[in-house]
Amino acid sequence: MMGRVFVILLACFALVAPVQAEEDIVLGLNQTEVSISTNFSGSEIIIFGAVKRETPIPEGPELAVVVTVSGPSKAVVVRRKERKFGIWVNTDSVEVDRAPSFYAVATSGPIHEVLTRVEDLRYKISIPRAIRSVGAPMEVMDSAAFTEALIRIRTRADQYQLDEDGVTVDQQTLFRATVQLPAALVEGDYNTRIFLTRGGEVVAQYETLIDVRKVGLERWLYNLSREQSLIYGLLSLAIAISAGWLASAAFGLIRR
Amino acid sequence: MQIYLPIAEISVNAFLLLGLGGIVGILSGMFGVGGGFLITPLLFFIGIPPAVAVATGANQIVASSFSALLAHLKRKTVDLRMGSVLLIGGLVGAAGGVSIFNYLKSLGQVDLLVNLCYVIFLGIIGALMFIESLNALYKTRSGKRQPRKKHTWIHKLPFKMRFRVTGLYISVIPPLLVGAFVGLLAAIMGVGGGFIMVPAMIYLLGMPTKVVVGTSLFQILFVTAFTTLLHATTNYTVDIVLAVLLLVGGVVGAQFGTTLGTKLKAEQLRILLALLVLIVCGKLALDLLLQPSELYSIGFSS
Repeated sequence: MMGRVFVILLACFALVAPVQAEEDIVLGLNQTEVSISTNFSGSEIIIFGAVKRETPIPEGPELAVVVTVSGPSKAVVVRRKERKFGIWVNTDSVEVDRAPSFYAVATSGPIHEVLTRVEDLRYKISIPRAIRSVGAPMEVMDSAAFTEALIRIRTRADQYQLDEDGVTVDQQTLFRATVQLPAALVEGDYNTRIFLTRGGEVVAQYETLIDVRKVGLERWLYNLSREQSLIYGLLSLAIAISAGWLASAAFGLIRR
Repeated sequence: MQIYLPIAEISVNAFLLLGLGGIVGILSGMFGVGGGFLITPLLFFIGIPPAVAVATGANQIVASSFSALLAHLKRKTVDLRMGSVLLIGGLVGAAGGVSIFNYLKSLGQVDLLVNLCYVIFLGIIGALMFIESLNALYKTRSGKRQPRKKHTWIHKLPFKMRFRVTGLYISVIPPLLVGAFVGLLAAIMGVGGGFIMVPAMIYLLGMPTKVVVGTSLFQILFVTAFTTLLHATTNYTVDIVLAVLLLVGGVVGAQFGTTLGTKLKAEQLRILLALLVLIVCGKLALDLLLQPSELYSIGFSS
């Protein structure tokens, strides 16, 4: 499986549009599909690859690698509580237009060393850049605090990860990174990006998708609940009623 | 053992859910409460999204209340006639409650109002029941008997009906109003309403405690079934896998609870329920009064 994926990706690398033609990325993944089944409890994505070049390793700053994995984005509302009349109530809120449900950044060194601010802004790599927030209401003076809170809450839940030592680079040619997907995972296309940088400048880029899907019973129940919601509702009631009856009948037998 | 919930989209421990369902089931069988006021906050606590917790909680209550109701039917402690009258009122009230709920939602702050509703009603009911049961317990100890069947204005109303199981001959207006009021609150607070219904039947209608539990379960069963269908078709928030795990624990617990309930005296049963209600109320009140560790929360914009 792993070998096959590697070969396929190897065959596809010609399609990749590099930023500069000198260094290219050849990539492999341990899995290109993540199946969410009933006993799903998280998954590990191993990203490995090599740098392909026609010329000798360029002089100057050493090669660094940045890997990002991003789940489907959704607009969210961040609310803040304030004390009013002695109780804590939600008052101000800021809408964040685009916040990935999952976002992991792994780098081969401290992120400010391997990536300049300009390149970070351009490619939207670091976690604060991956979130887009425009249009905070006029009465909210400190809208930055809201996006910070969003990052803080999601980082605590392992939904946002920054691993500044997560990529190992060998001989400026081979690299390897591991990203841990949490159990609470939303399905969709997980965009995986790899950047090669030298002196903070991006010299090559590669993108691929990891397909995260519910399968089997999970898939069937999810579809039923959306497409045949009345049948789904009646099914849940039928299960509830029959379970109630079964327990009652079983206990009746035991007592007799 | 971790299980991934297809609608909630998170992975949780299956045994934790079984245990949770079991505890709520025991309470349900003992006191005739659906347990919604307990299970919904507990599900929030283990990280289930609130909308899924409310809808799936209702489905779980259908199972445990049906199981407990069957046990009560065998013991002939259900007044079907009284239950039906209460249910008619309840469905009317629930329909009204849903529209009030949607109106509050459009204003925002619905969470706060639901929480305040919980604190106020649980507090009042818990305190009243606790004081009354303590008094009753004290009186039975000292040998005095409470004068039963006081004749009040309730007995002067028209449309009288005989409720044989309950042993009452009263007007249908008070039960209808009680049912409607409970239905209204139940829809707003997203629970079956047993914790309001049980005291209302005992203190307002003067029904004997033994019949109250079974009759309350009868009404809860239909109200929560109605709520489940409503949530499944409009919000798509009923998680069947979560419900199955909760209700397997719940139905077994309900059977044990019913047995336990018959072993205790009515006054003791009432004191225990009152304490339980007060504990949940205190927890919710603290959440509102104390500064939360995280002032910010994330919600999805519609």
